[in-house]
Amino acid sequence: MQVLSLPSPKVRAWIPVLAGAAAWVVLYRSILPLWDWLVYDLAGLAPDTRLGHAVHFFFYDVTKLLLLLAAAIFVVSVLRSFLSVERTRALLGGRRSGLGTVLAAGLGGATPFCSCSAVPVFIGFVSAGVPLGTTFVFLIASPLVGPVAVTMLYAMFGLNVAVLYVLTGLTLAIVAGTIIGRFGLERHVEDFVYQTSLGKGFDPSRELTWADRFQIGRDEVVDIVRRIWPYLLVGIGLGAGIHGWVPEDFFARVAGPDNPFAVPMAVALGIPLYTNAVGVVPLVGALYAKGVALGTLLAFMMSVVALSLPELILLRRVLKPRLIAVFVAVLAACIIVTGLLFNAILGARLLVL
Amino acid sequence: MHVKVLGSGCANCQRLAQHVGTALARVGLTATVEKVEDYPSILAYGVTSTPALVIDDEVVVAGRVPSATQVEELLRARA
Repeated sequence: MQVLSLPSPKVRAWIPVLAGAAAWVVLYRSILPLWDWLVYDLAGLAPDTRLGHAVHFFFYDVTKLLLLLAAAIFVVSVLRSFLSVERTRALLGGRRSGLGTVLAAGLGGATPFCSCSAVPVFIGFVSAGVPLGTTFVFLIASPLVGPVAVTMLYAMFGLNVAVLYVLTGLTLAIVAGTIIGRFGLERHVEDFVYQTSLGKGFDPSRELTWADRFQIGRDEVVDIVRRIWPYLLVGIGLGAGIHGWVPEDFFARVAGPDNPFAVPMAVALGIPLYTNAVGVVPLVGALYAKGVALGTLLAFMMSVVALSLPELILLRRVLKPRLIAVFVAVLAACIIVTGLLFNAILGARLLVL
Repeated sequence: MHVKVLGSGCANCQRLAQHVGTALARVGLTATVEKVEDYPSILAYGVTSTPALVIDDEVVVAGRVPSATQVEELLRARA
Protein backbone atom coordinates (compact mmCIF):
# COMPACT_ATOMS: atom_id res chain seq x y z
CA MET A 1 0.00 0.00 0.00
CA GLN A 2 1.28 3.36 -0.91
CA VAL A 3 1.11 5.76 2.00
CA LEU A 4 2.56 8.86 0.39
CA SER A 5 0.94 9.27 -2.99
CA LEU A 6 1.60 12.15 -5.32
CA PRO A 7 -1.24 14.63 -5.58
CA SER A 8 -3.39 14.31 -8.68
CA PRO A 9 -2.40 16.35 -11.76
CA LYS A 10 -5.41 18.59 -11.11
CA VAL A 11 -4.06 19.51 -7.68
CA ARG A 12 -0.50 19.77 -8.91
CA ALA A 13 -1.52 22.36 -11.53
CA TRP A 14 -2.74 24.66 -8.75
CA ILE A 15 0.45 24.57 -6.67
CA PRO A 16 2.55 27.03 -8.75
CA VAL A 17 -0.48 29.29 -9.15
CA LEU A 18 -1.07 29.50 -5.39
CA ALA A 19 2.65 30.03 -4.80
CA GLY A 20 2.63 32.76 -7.44
CA ALA A 21 -0.39 34.42 -5.83
CA ALA A 22 1.34 34.44 -2.44
CA ALA A 23 4.51 35.90 -3.96
CA TRP A 24 2.40 38.51 -5.74
CA VAL A 25 0.78 39.66 -2.47
CA VAL A 26 4.16 39.94 -0.73
CA LEU A 27 5.62 41.86 -3.68
CA TYR A 28 2.61 44.17 -3.98
CA ARG A 29 2.83 45.06 -0.30
CA SER A 30 6.55 45.69 -0.39
CA ILE A 31 6.91 47.99 -3.41
CA LEU A 32 5.97 51.17 -1.51
CA PRO A 33 8.57 50.69 1.27
CA LEU A 34 11.03 49.47 -1.38
CA TRP A 35 10.81 52.65 -3.46
CA ASP A 36 10.75 54.80 -0.30
CA TRP A 37 14.05 53.24 0.65
CA LEU A 38 15.61 53.25 -2.85
CA VAL A 39 14.63 56.80 -3.84
CA TYR A 40 14.74 58.67 -0.54
CA ASP A 41 17.38 56.80 1.46
CA LEU A 42 19.69 55.20 -1.07
CA ALA A 43 19.56 57.84 -3.84
CA GLY A 44 19.20 60.59 -1.24
CA LEU A 45 16.39 62.52 -2.95
CA ALA A 46 14.24 64.56 -0.61
CA PRO A 47 10.56 63.54 -0.54
CA ASP A 48 9.38 67.15 -0.47
CA THR A 49 11.18 68.28 -3.63
CA ARG A 50 9.53 68.21 -7.03
CA LEU A 51 12.19 65.88 -8.45
CA GLY A 52 12.18 63.47 -5.52
CA HIS A 53 8.42 63.26 -5.58
CA ALA A 54 8.29 62.78 -9.39
CA VAL A 55 10.94 60.03 -9.41
CA HIS A 56 9.24 58.16 -6.58
CA PHE A 57 5.83 58.59 -8.21
CA PHE A 58 7.13 57.30 -11.55
CA PHE A 59 8.79 54.12 -10.27
CA TYR A 60 6.10 53.30 -7.73
CA ASP A 61 3.32 53.75 -10.29
CA VAL A 62 5.07 51.73 -12.99
CA THR A 63 5.70 48.75 -10.69
CA LYS A 64 2.25 48.93 -9.09
CA LEU A 65 0.51 49.05 -12.48
CA LEU A 66 2.61 46.22 -13.90
CA LEU A 67 1.72 44.02 -10.93
CA LEU A 68 -1.98 44.87 -11.12
CA LEU A 69 -2.07 44.31 -14.89
CA ALA A 70 -0.26 40.99 -14.62
CA ALA A 71 -2.73 39.74 -12.01
CA ALA A 72 -5.78 40.97 -13.94
CA ILE A 73 -4.57 39.57 -17.28
CA PHE A 74 -3.82 36.20 -15.70
CA VAL A 75 -7.20 35.86 -13.99
CA VAL A 76 -9.16 37.09 -17.01
CA SER A 77 -7.21 34.89 -19.45
CA VAL A 78 -7.83 31.77 -17.37
CA LEU A 79 -11.55 32.60 -17.14
CA ARG A 80 -11.64 33.43 -20.83
CA SER A 81 -10.15 30.08 -21.74
CA PHE A 82 -13.61 28.65 -21.03
CA LEU A 83 -15.00 30.84 -23.79
CA SER A 84 -14.03 31.09 -27.43
CA VAL A 85 -15.00 33.07 -30.49
CA GLU A 86 -16.51 29.85 -31.85
CA ARG A 87 -18.71 29.32 -28.81
CA THR A 88 -19.70 32.99 -28.77
CA ARG A 89 -20.71 32.81 -32.41
CA ALA A 90 -22.86 29.78 -31.71
CA LEU A 91 -24.53 31.70 -28.88
CA LEU A 92 -25.21 34.72 -31.08
CA GLY A 93 -26.25 33.03 -34.30
CA GLY A 94 -29.97 33.14 -35.02
CA ARG A 95 -30.71 35.85 -32.47
CA ARG A 96 -32.27 38.79 -34.23
CA SER A 97 -31.78 41.82 -32.04
CA GLY A 98 -32.53 43.05 -28.56
CA LEU A 99 -31.17 40.31 -26.35
CA GLY A 100 -28.65 39.38 -29.06
CA THR A 101 -27.00 42.79 -28.99
CA VAL A 102 -26.81 42.88 -25.18
CA LEU A 103 -25.28 39.42 -25.23
CA ALA A 104 -22.85 40.49 -27.99
CA ALA A 105 -21.62 43.46 -25.95
CA GLY A 106 -21.05 41.33 -22.85
CA LEU A 107 -19.35 38.58 -24.80
CA GLY A 108 -17.30 41.16 -26.72
CA GLY A 109 -15.55 42.14 -23.52
CA ALA A 110 -15.14 38.54 -22.43
CA THR A 111 -14.16 36.66 -25.58
CA PRO A 112 -10.45 36.29 -26.28
CA PHE A 113 -9.28 37.59 -29.60
CA CYS A 114 -6.45 39.84 -30.64
CA SER A 115 -7.15 42.83 -32.86
CA CYS A 116 -5.49 41.09 -35.81
CA SER A 117 -8.29 38.51 -35.60
CA ALA A 118 -10.96 41.16 -36.19
CA VAL A 119 -11.32 40.23 -39.86
CA PRO A 120 -11.70 36.44 -39.50
CA VAL A 121 -14.04 37.02 -36.56
CA PHE A 122 -16.12 39.34 -38.71
CA ILE A 123 -16.30 36.85 -41.59
CA GLY A 124 -17.06 34.00 -39.22
CA PHE A 125 -19.90 35.89 -37.55
CA VAL A 126 -21.51 37.17 -40.75
CA SER A 127 -21.25 33.88 -42.61
CA ALA A 128 -22.74 32.09 -39.57
CA GLY A 129 -25.82 34.29 -39.83
CA VAL A 130 -25.12 36.71 -36.97
CA PRO A 131 -26.80 40.02 -37.99
CA LEU A 132 -24.46 42.80 -39.13
CA GLY A 133 -25.48 45.14 -36.29
CA THR A 134 -24.83 42.46 -33.66
CA THR A 135 -21.44 41.73 -35.21
CA PHE A 136 -20.50 45.40 -34.89
CA VAL A 137 -21.66 45.48 -31.28
CA PHE A 138 -19.21 42.65 -30.60
CA LEU A 139 -16.34 44.28 -32.51
CA ILE A 140 -16.81 47.64 -30.77
CA ALA A 141 -17.23 46.23 -27.25
CA SER A 142 -14.19 43.98 -27.50
CA PRO A 143 -11.36 46.55 -27.29
CA LEU A 144 -13.44 49.07 -25.34
CA VAL A 145 -14.11 47.00 -22.22
CA GLY A 146 -11.11 44.68 -22.27
CA PRO A 147 -9.39 43.83 -18.98
CA VAL A 148 -6.36 46.04 -19.65
CA ALA A 149 -8.44 49.21 -20.07
CA VAL A 150 -10.58 48.44 -17.03
CA THR A 151 -7.60 47.57 -14.79
CA MET A 152 -5.80 50.77 -15.76
CA LEU A 153 -8.85 52.86 -14.90
CA TYR A 154 -9.33 51.01 -11.62
CA ALA A 155 -5.69 51.57 -10.64
CA MET A 156 -5.69 55.29 -11.50
CA PHE A 157 -9.26 56.37 -10.71
CA GLY A 158 -10.72 53.75 -8.38
CA LEU A 159 -13.61 51.33 -8.57
CA ASN A 160 -16.40 53.88 -9.24
CA VAL A 161 -14.88 55.18 -12.43
CA ALA A 162 -13.97 51.68 -13.63
CA VAL A 163 -17.55 50.43 -13.17
CA LEU A 164 -18.97 53.58 -14.76
CA TYR A 165 -16.64 53.10 -17.70
CA VAL A 166 -17.65 49.48 -18.25
CA LEU A 167 -21.37 50.32 -18.17
CA THR A 168 -20.84 53.27 -20.51
CA GLY A 169 -18.69 51.24 -22.89
CA LEU A 170 -21.21 48.40 -23.11
CA THR A 171 -24.10 50.82 -23.68
CA LEU A 172 -22.13 52.67 -26.31
CA ALA A 173 -21.28 49.46 -28.17
CA ILE A 174 -24.94 48.35 -28.13
CA VAL A 175 -26.23 51.72 -29.35
CA ALA A 176 -23.56 52.27 -32.02
CA GLY A 177 -23.75 48.70 -33.35
CA THR A 178 -27.55 48.77 -33.48
CA ILE A 179 -27.55 52.09 -35.37
CA ILE A 180 -25.02 50.75 -37.90
CA GLY A 181 -27.23 47.67 -38.35
CA ARG A 182 -30.28 49.88 -39.04
CA PHE A 183 -28.60 51.40 -42.11
CA GLY A 184 -29.14 48.11 -43.93
CA LEU A 185 -25.70 48.12 -45.54
CA GLU A 186 -25.38 44.36 -45.98
CA ARG A 187 -24.43 44.77 -49.64
CA HIS A 188 -21.52 47.01 -48.62
CA VAL A 189 -19.76 44.05 -47.12
CA GLU A 190 -17.20 42.66 -49.57
CA ASP A 191 -18.82 39.92 -51.65
CA PHE A 192 -16.33 37.20 -50.79
CA VAL A 193 -17.50 37.29 -47.16
CA TYR A 194 -20.86 35.80 -48.12
CA GLN A 195 -19.23 33.28 -50.42
CA THR A 196 -16.86 32.06 -47.73
CA SER A 197 -17.88 28.71 -46.37
CA LEU A 198 -16.84 27.98 -42.85
CA GLY A 199 -15.09 24.69 -42.33
CA LYS A 200 -16.15 22.45 -39.50
CA GLY A 201 -15.56 24.55 -36.45
CA PHE A 202 -12.50 24.14 -34.30
CA ASP A 203 -13.18 25.22 -30.76
CA PRO A 204 -9.93 26.24 -29.03
CA SER A 205 -11.61 26.10 -25.63
CA ARG A 206 -12.30 22.36 -25.80
CA GLU A 207 -10.40 19.68 -23.91
CA LEU A 208 -8.24 22.01 -21.88
CA THR A 209 -6.91 20.92 -18.50
CA TRP A 210 -6.35 23.36 -15.64
CA ALA A 211 -2.63 23.15 -16.36
CA ASP A 212 -3.36 24.24 -19.96
CA ARG A 213 -5.54 27.12 -18.80
CA PHE A 214 -2.87 28.35 -16.36
CA GLN A 215 -0.31 28.05 -19.15
CA ILE A 216 -2.55 30.20 -21.38
CA GLY A 217 -2.83 32.74 -18.55
CA ARG A 218 0.94 32.85 -18.09
CA ASP A 219 1.60 33.15 -21.84
CA GLU A 220 -0.92 35.94 -22.09
CA VAL A 221 0.67 37.90 -19.21
CA VAL A 222 4.13 37.59 -20.78
CA ASP A 223 2.83 38.46 -24.23
CA ILE A 224 0.78 41.49 -23.20
CA VAL A 225 3.30 42.91 -20.73
CA ARG A 226 6.04 42.61 -23.35
CA ARG A 227 3.89 44.56 -25.79
CA ILE A 228 2.62 47.29 -23.45
CA TRP A 229 5.50 48.25 -21.18
CA PRO A 230 6.90 50.98 -23.49
CA TYR A 231 3.43 52.57 -23.68
CA LEU A 232 3.19 52.40 -19.90
CA LEU A 233 6.55 54.14 -19.42
CA VAL A 234 5.74 56.88 -21.96
CA GLY A 235 2.22 57.34 -20.60
CA ILE A 236 3.31 57.65 -16.98
CA GLY A 237 6.30 59.78 -17.97
CA LEU A 238 4.08 62.20 -19.89
CA GLY A 239 1.60 62.15 -17.02
CA ALA A 240 4.35 63.03 -14.54
CA GLY A 241 5.54 65.81 -16.87
CA ILE A 242 2.06 67.31 -17.12
CA HIS A 243 1.69 67.02 -13.35
CA GLY A 244 4.82 68.97 -12.64
CA TRP A 245 5.29 71.43 -15.46
CA VAL A 246 2.01 72.42 -17.12
CA PRO A 247 0.39 75.55 -15.59
CA GLU A 248 -2.45 74.78 -13.23
CA ASP A 249 -5.34 76.24 -15.23
CA PHE A 250 -3.99 75.86 -18.79
CA PHE A 251 -6.16 72.88 -19.75
CA ALA A 252 -9.12 74.06 -17.67
CA ARG A 253 -9.23 77.12 -19.94
CA VAL A 254 -8.90 75.31 -23.30
CA ALA A 255 -10.68 72.06 -22.51
CA GLY A 256 -12.89 72.74 -19.51
CA PRO A 257 -16.52 71.64 -19.34
CA ASP A 258 -17.69 74.96 -20.81
CA ASN A 259 -16.04 74.42 -24.17
CA PRO A 260 -18.44 72.37 -26.35
CA PHE A 261 -15.80 71.86 -29.05
CA ALA A 262 -13.39 70.16 -26.68
CA VAL A 263 -15.17 66.79 -26.98
CA PRO A 264 -15.27 66.50 -30.81
CA MET A 265 -11.67 67.72 -30.94
CA ALA A 266 -10.62 65.10 -28.40
CA VAL A 267 -12.28 62.38 -30.48
CA ALA A 268 -10.68 63.60 -33.72
CA LEU A 269 -7.32 63.66 -31.96
CA GLY A 270 -7.80 60.13 -30.67
CA ILE A 271 -8.34 58.38 -34.03
CA PRO A 272 -4.85 58.78 -35.57
CA LEU A 273 -3.13 58.49 -32.19
CA TYR A 274 -1.69 55.02 -32.19
CA THR A 275 -1.52 53.88 -28.62
CA ASN A 276 -3.67 51.84 -26.28
CA ALA A 277 -5.39 51.99 -22.92
CA VAL A 278 -2.09 51.51 -21.10
CA GLY A 279 -0.54 54.59 -22.69
CA VAL A 280 -3.60 56.76 -22.59
CA VAL A 281 -4.95 56.27 -19.04
CA PRO A 282 -1.97 57.84 -17.19
CA LEU A 283 -2.24 60.79 -19.59
CA VAL A 284 -5.98 61.02 -18.92
CA GLY A 285 -5.29 60.94 -15.17
CA ALA A 286 -2.83 63.83 -15.37
CA LEU A 287 -5.11 65.89 -17.62
CA TYR A 288 -8.02 65.31 -15.25
CA ALA A 289 -5.96 66.64 -12.36
CA LYS A 290 -5.29 69.74 -14.48
CA GLY A 291 -8.99 70.46 -14.91
CA VAL A 292 -9.94 68.85 -18.23
CA ALA A 293 -13.57 67.74 -18.02
CA LEU A 294 -14.18 64.03 -17.38
CA GLY A 295 -16.54 63.63 -20.35
CA THR A 296 -13.91 65.08 -22.69
CA LEU A 297 -11.30 62.68 -21.34
CA LEU A 298 -13.66 59.72 -21.54
CA ALA A 299 -14.38 60.56 -25.20
CA PHE A 300 -10.66 60.89 -25.89
CA MET A 301 -9.86 57.55 -24.32
CA MET A 302 -12.72 55.73 -26.08
CA SER A 303 -11.67 57.18 -29.41
CA VAL A 304 -8.08 56.07 -28.88
CA VAL A 305 -9.08 52.56 -27.83
CA ALA A 306 -12.04 51.85 -30.14
CA LEU A 307 -11.12 53.74 -33.31
CA SER A 308 -7.66 53.18 -34.68
CA LEU A 309 -6.28 53.62 -38.15
CA PRO A 310 -4.58 50.18 -38.32
CA GLU A 311 -7.85 48.48 -37.37
CA LEU A 312 -9.75 50.43 -40.04
CA ILE A 313 -7.21 49.41 -42.66
CA LEU A 314 -7.72 45.77 -41.63
CA LEU A 315 -11.50 46.12 -41.73
CA ARG A 316 -11.29 47.62 -45.23
CA ARG A 317 -10.58 44.09 -46.47
CA VAL A 318 -14.11 43.03 -45.58
CA LEU A 319 -16.03 46.31 -45.64
CA LYS A 320 -16.57 48.56 -48.66
CA PRO A 321 -15.64 52.24 -48.18
CA ARG A 322 -19.24 53.33 -47.59
CA LEU A 323 -19.67 50.92 -44.66
CA ILE A 324 -16.29 51.91 -43.19
CA ALA A 325 -17.38 55.55 -43.36
CA VAL A 326 -20.69 54.74 -41.64
CA PHE A 327 -18.85 52.71 -38.97
CA VAL A 328 -16.44 55.56 -38.19
CA ALA A 329 -19.11 58.27 -38.34
CA VAL A 330 -21.62 56.46 -36.12
CA LEU A 331 -19.03 55.35 -33.58
CA ALA A 332 -17.42 58.82 -33.43
CA ALA A 333 -20.84 60.46 -33.07
CA CYS A 334 -21.81 58.09 -30.25
CA ILE A 335 -18.54 58.78 -28.44
CA ILE A 336 -19.01 62.53 -28.81
CA VAL A 337 -22.58 62.33 -27.46
CA THR A 338 -21.33 60.24 -24.52
CA GLY A 339 -18.66 62.83 -23.72
CA LEU A 340 -21.07 65.76 -23.97
CA LEU A 341 -23.61 63.91 -21.83
CA PHE A 342 -21.03 63.29 -19.11
CA ASN A 343 -19.92 66.90 -19.16
CA ALA A 344 -23.52 68.14 -19.00
CA ILE A 345 -24.38 65.89 -16.06
CA LEU A 346 -21.16 66.23 -14.10
CA GLY A 347 -20.46 69.82 -15.17
CA ALA A 348 -17.52 71.34 -13.42
CA ARG A 349 -18.06 69.18 -10.37
CA LEU A 350 -15.17 66.92 -9.65
CA LEU A 351 -16.13 63.31 -9.34
CA VAL A 352 -15.18 62.05 -5.92
CA LEU A 353 -12.52 59.49 -6.60
CA MET B 1 4.42 16.13 -43.25
CA HIS B 2 2.66 19.38 -44.15
CA VAL B 3 2.59 22.14 -41.58
CA LYS B 4 0.53 25.26 -42.11
CA VAL B 5 0.48 28.46 -40.10
CA LEU B 6 -2.84 30.26 -40.49
CA GLY B 7 -2.96 33.99 -39.83
CA SER B 8 -3.03 37.36 -41.48
CA GLY B 9 0.68 38.02 -40.96
CA CYS B 10 0.44 39.80 -37.60
CA ALA B 11 3.09 39.57 -34.89
CA ASN B 12 1.50 36.51 -33.24
CA CYS B 13 1.45 34.56 -36.50
CA GLN B 14 5.10 35.35 -37.12
CA ARG B 15 5.99 34.16 -33.64
CA LEU B 16 4.10 30.92 -34.25
CA ALA B 17 5.99 30.42 -37.53
CA GLN B 18 9.28 30.92 -35.64
CA HIS B 19 8.26 28.36 -33.00
CA VAL B 20 7.40 25.88 -35.77
CA GLY B 21 10.86 26.37 -37.30
CA THR B 22 12.55 25.84 -33.92
CA ALA B 23 10.46 22.77 -33.13
CA LEU B 24 11.06 21.16 -36.53
CA ALA B 25 14.80 21.62 -36.13
CA ARG B 26 14.69 20.02 -32.67
CA VAL B 27 12.61 17.05 -33.76
CA GLY B 28 14.74 16.66 -36.86
CA LEU B 29 11.78 16.31 -39.17
CA THR B 30 11.59 17.57 -42.68
CA ALA B 31 8.26 19.14 -43.39
CA THR B 32 6.84 21.66 -45.78
CA VAL B 33 5.85 24.79 -43.89
CA GLU B 34 3.30 27.00 -45.52
CA LYS B 35 1.91 30.31 -44.37
CA VAL B 36 -1.76 30.73 -45.20
CA GLU B 37 -2.71 34.38 -45.14
CA ASP B 38 -5.88 34.75 -47.20
CA TYR B 39 -9.05 34.79 -45.16
CA PRO B 40 -11.28 32.42 -47.17
CA SER B 41 -8.64 29.68 -46.89
CA ILE B 42 -8.20 30.31 -43.15
CA LEU B 43 -11.95 30.14 -42.59
CA ALA B 44 -12.22 27.01 -44.70
CA TYR B 45 -10.45 25.29 -41.80
CA GLY B 46 -13.17 26.54 -39.48
CA VAL B 47 -10.70 28.84 -37.75
CA THR B 48 -11.81 32.31 -36.68
CA SER B 49 -9.25 32.95 -33.95
CA THR B 50 -5.80 33.33 -35.41
CA PRO B 51 -3.05 32.29 -35.30
CA ALA B 52 -3.73 28.62 -35.90
CA LEU B 53 -1.50 25.61 -36.52
CA VAL B 54 -2.47 22.91 -39.00
CA ILE B 55 -0.57 19.65 -39.20
CA ASP B 56 -1.45 17.36 -42.13
CA ASP B 57 -4.72 19.19 -42.70
CA GLU B 58 -5.84 18.93 -39.08
CA VAL B 59 -6.23 22.03 -36.91
CA VAL B 60 -4.31 21.35 -33.71
CA VAL B 61 -4.11 24.81 -32.11
CA ALA B 62 -6.12 27.96 -32.70
CA GLY B 63 -6.40 31.34 -31.05
CA ARG B 64 -3.07 31.33 -29.23
CA VAL B 65 0.66 31.00 -29.78
CA PRO B 66 1.88 27.65 -28.45
CA SER B 67 5.46 27.52 -27.20
CA ALA B 68 8.16 25.84 -29.28
CA THR B 69 8.09 22.92 -26.82
CA GLN B 70 4.35 22.49 -27.24
CA VAL B 71 4.71 22.56 -31.03
CA GLU B 72 7.46 19.97 -30.66
CA GLU B 73 5.11 17.66 -28.73
CA LEU B 74 2.38 18.12 -31.33
CA LEU B 75 4.82 17.29 -34.12
CA ARG B 76 6.14 14.19 -32.35
CA ALA B 77 2.61 12.94 -31.72
CA ARG B 78 1.93 13.05 -35.45
CA ALA B 79 5.32 12.02 -36.78
